[in-house]
This record gives sequence, structure tokens and C-alpha cells, in this order.
Amino acid sequence: MGAVKQKGEGRKKQKRRKDAGLIAGIRYDIRHNPYLCLLCVPTIIWFVIFAYAPLVYLLVAFKKYSATAGLWGSEWVGFKNFEAFFGSNSFYNVTFNTIFLNALFILATMFFSILIAIALSEISGKYFKKTTQSIVILPHFISWTVIAMLCEALLKTNNGFVNNILVALGFERINFYQNADVWPALLTILRIWQGAGYGSIVYLAAITGFDQEMYEAARVDGATRGQCIRYLTLPLLKTTAVMLFIMNIGKIFNGDFGMIYNLVGTNSMLYRTTDVIDTYVYRMLVESTNVGQSSAVSLWQSIMGFITVMFANWVTKKADPDSAMF
Amino acid sequence: MAKSNADLAFEAKSKIRQSAGDKALNLFFVVFILVFAVVCITPFLLVVSASFSDETMLNKLGYSIFPRQFSLDAYKLVTTAGDIPQAYIITIFTTVVGTFLSMFLTCTVSYAMSVKNFRSRTALALFIYFTMLFNGGLVSNYLLIKKFLHIDNNILVLLLPSLCNAWNILLMRNFFNGLPDSLAESAKIDGANDMFILWKIILPISKPGLATIGLFYALSYWNEWYKCLLYIDTSHSKLYTLQYLIQRILRQVNYAANLPSEAAALQGQLPTYSFRMATIVVTIGPIILLYPFLQKYFVQGLTVGSVKG
Repeated sequence: MGAVKQKGEGRKKQKRRKDAGLIAGIRYDIRHNPYLCLLCVPTIIWFVIFAYAPLVYLLVAFKKYSATAGLWGSEWVGFKNFEAFFGSNSFYNVTFNTIFLNALFILATMFFSILIAIALSEISGKYFKKTTQSIVILPHFISWTVIAMLCEALLKTNNGFVNNILVALGFERINFYQNADVWPALLTILRIWQGAGYGSIVYLAAITGFDQEMYEAARVDGATRGQCIRYLTLPLLKTTAVMLFIMNIGKIFNGDFGMIYNLVGTNSMLYRTTDVIDTYVYRMLVESTNVGQSSAVSLWQSIMGFITVMFANWVTKKADPDSAMF
Repeated sequence: MAKSNADLAFEAKSKIRQSAGDKALNLFFVVFILVFAVVCITPFLLVVSASFSDETMLNKLGYSIFPRQFSLDAYKLVTTAGDIPQAYIITIFTTVVGTFLSMFLTCTVSYAMSVKNFRSRTALALFIYFTMLFNGGLVSNYLLIKKFLHIDNNILVLLLPSLCNAWNILLMRNFFNGLPDSLAESAKIDGANDMFILWKIILPISKPGLATIGLFYALSYWNEWYKCLLYIDTSHSKLYTLQYLIQRILRQVNYAANLPSEAAALQGQLPTYSFRMATIVVTIGPIILLYPFLQKYFVQGLTVGSVKG
């Protein structure tokens, strides 16, 4: 009895100590878990230097930056850098492209990931399944630099693989690298090619985890396999799909610099439909060396990204507290 | 005699399996997955075939699944052109050293975060998670590295900024969380300290997790080109990674192709396109070769559980 009581009191004490806050927690850990603290130090130092120190440079967004004067010596200009960006035509163009392309990518990849997962879970034949799964995941591990080079070879107007097929089928050649209108579709197809197989892993894992007895019961009751998919698999996949969807929505303001820069590069004929915030910031920084304004665009993107993540998480919390990220 | 329930169920099931609709659906799935797999693999076959093709045939007839006229010229050029072996050495060096350092920094902190008795674990997780939600962006990092740390045009820039990845740290923490506490506790009672426990007890039983995260890090170093683009200028081209070299080769030939007279002069002398394809083969070769062995690990690792902050 006494021991139980003591234990209970100890727990209460522990709880009180926990409430005492961050500093007390750290002090406790230094005294009681010195080795664990030591283990954390290198990584904490890395995060301070490479993740938190850059935040100081966000001040540049409010300055007329000059390399000679440096961060502290440059002249303050208030919100002028932001006004210049919001007043330009590029503002609407790059913001629209970023959101529009990301929305296309999210929806298309999600659709195909789920389709692949369902197809893989329905087909029989162990080796066929394994081989096809390996193949559809593979493109994810190929970098956009390599894909860009592949694309150039496949999409060339003269003797490109795709154009040769188009001609063989009786269509006209498409001059891909001069036609901005085809690029949103083209980028989406590439994104499906690269990401859908990889994305299907999570869905397939979810499907494998479903209770098999449910399916057997449904079959015995006369459900066709189509009905099983429609009324069992799809509704059960909803939680996973919603969670991944919201996570992706949170990143909708982050253009895929690697993809766009490698595929489009400096081909300004395609900027109208492909230029995203990230490539715009890069060009402004490196080509026109307008550090102040590019920093302002970058900060605006970070803030919008933060707001979207928070909003997405808030929505999830309302709808389904279990799938919220934090 | 009445049949048992199990027999009835079996009969019913096999009857359902034979229905025409089910068969059609199955056929649709098989065809779909086959088509998708073929679309995924075809570019790779075209590249390999083109890298072994004769340049003049490639220009005349375009790409094909099998090489029309076998030639090793492209590979001869790849091995003799000084840039590519040099880039290979740099890429292997950064991949090996970088992955090792990354794993050290990741495992230490994620183990600490997985110990229940560690009071600061929530605060630490928040400290790391916040960097995923809000970051300085391209310009701030650029200024930090060029104006404050001064590690541009230095091999350190290919390593240091990419050592930690918040997502990988949280994945690894989830993996450690899944291990039974009793192992570490009993070692603790025997007087072992946390470093010893991590090294001798936790890491040996965490191989699937280590393989997954290690693979993610290794791939990010192997596919590195962005740091070269931003921080390494042409006067230090011996620090270029393979991926960045590919990007430069693509841009340069684009440039030549825009000038018809010069491009025509090149044809028949230098295997331009087959050379590019051979570069791709040597770059993605190691990934493709290792892929079948590593696949089971990252499928496992990805399904360890969703990341919660």
C-alpha cells in the first residue's frame, strides 16, 4: 500500500516538474541525462547555423542590399522591395503558375498512386507483382538533371522519340521547346511518371493492412470485386488520402525548383506557363543580382507557406483530429 | 448431407471469381500496370541503347530500343574526357563522407528524442520541426554561405549545408520509438551510459531503419547539383558533381544545336548524343544496380508510420 502511495506521489511530483517549463526541463536533463544532452549537441549546432542563422538574413528583404555595405550597413527601405514585386506583372504570373502547377501535380499524382496501389493489390502472380512494383517506383530515384537530358532526347523536334511516334501515327510534329501551352500537361505527365509509383507505396501499405475478413464476407454476400473496391477499399483509403493531400497542400507555395530549372532552364519562351516563384527568385538573385527584392519574394513565399501549412493543419484538426500533423 | 459452412463459402467465392465483370476488371488492372511499367522502363532502355549506338545512325534514324549499329565510341569519350572521372571521384567522396556524417547527426539526436525520460524531447522535436514549416529560403541561405561562412568554391559547401534533414530525423525518431524500451532499461540498470546503449544495443537492432534513412541521404548526395549551381563557379570546375556536369553538358549542346553551321561541323566527329546518353548511364548505373537490394528497406522504412511532430 505504502509503496503504491509513494509511487503515486512521485508521479504527481514529476508532473509538476514537467510543468515548470523548458528551462527546468533542460536543467533536469543536464543533471540526469548528461550523455543524452551530449548526443544532441552536434545536431543542435548544425540547426542553429544552417536552419536558424539564415533567418537573420531575412532582414535583407527590408533593405536596399549592397554587397560592400553588407547586411548591417545596407540602407533600410521599409516595404519598398515588396511593393516592387506586388506591383509587377511577374507577381501574378509566378504565383499563379506555382499554385496551378502544384495543384495539377498533387491531384494527378494522387489519382495515379491510388490506381496503381489498387491495381497492385488486386492482381495475382507474386513475381509479376513484385517486378512491376519495382519498375514503377524506379523513376523516383532519378534526378531531374537526368530526366531533363532524357526529355531533350525524347522530345526533340527532329528525330525525337515522341515526335517520330506522332508522325508515324499521322499527327503533326510538336515543337515542344517553343510551345509554352503544352508544358503544364507535359510537366504533369513527367510528375506522374516520376512520382506516382513511389506514392503508391503508402497506399498499398494501407490496403495490405485492411481486415481481409471484411472482403471475404463481402464476396460471400455476392459483391463483385468492383463493388469491393468501390464500397470497401476506396472509403477505407480516405484517411490516408486526406492526410497526404493536406500535407501536399501545405507545400503548394513551394515550386519545384529542381524540376522546373532543369527542364526549362533559361528558355524564356516557356516562362509564361512554367516560371514559378522559386525559379523567379533564383533568376533575380543570380542574373539581375537584385538581392533585396529577391529576398522579399522569398520571405513572402515562406510566410504564405507557413500560413497554408497552419491552415491545412487546422482544417484537418477540425475534420479528423487523428490525422492532424501537430 | 448438408455441406459445411466453409465449403459453401468456398463454393460461393469461386463462383464469384468466375464472373465476367471480375475478369474484365482484373484484365484492366493487369493491362494498366503493364502499360505503366513499360512507360516507366522505356526511357531507360532508350538511353542504354543510344549510348551504345553509332552517332551518325542516331542522328539519321533517331532513338530505338535496340542499338542499330553497335559502337563503344561514347564510352571511350566518357572515360577519357577528364571531367567525368573527376566528377565521379567528387560524387563518390561526398556521398560516402556525407552519408556517414548525416547518419551520425541523425541517429544521435533521434535516439535522444526517443528516450521517454528525456525531458527536453518535445522542445527538441519542435525546434527541428519548425525548420520544416518556416525557413529562410534561397536568398538567406545564399547570403549566409557566401557572405558569412565563406565556404563557397569549397568542397565543404557540398557537405555541410545538407548534413541534416528534419524529415529524416523525425522518421528515425519514429523508428526508435517503435523499439522496446526494456532493452535500453536493462542495460541502464547494468550501469551502461546512453552513448554505449545507442552504439552497442540500439543501432545493431535498427538495421532496416538505418538502411532506409541511409539510402535517402546517400541519394540526396549522389543527386546533388543545386549546391554546385549556386556556390561553385567555373574556375573551380574540378569540384563539380556528376549531376551538375550533366546539366552543363545539356546546356552546352543546346547552345551548339542552336547554331546550325557549328552543329553540322560537329557531326560525325564527336559522338554528342550518344556521349550524353553514356553519361546518363554511368550516372544512374550505381543507383539501378543497388536498387533491387535496397528496395525492400525503403518500402519498409516508408511504412514505419506517419510522421507526427
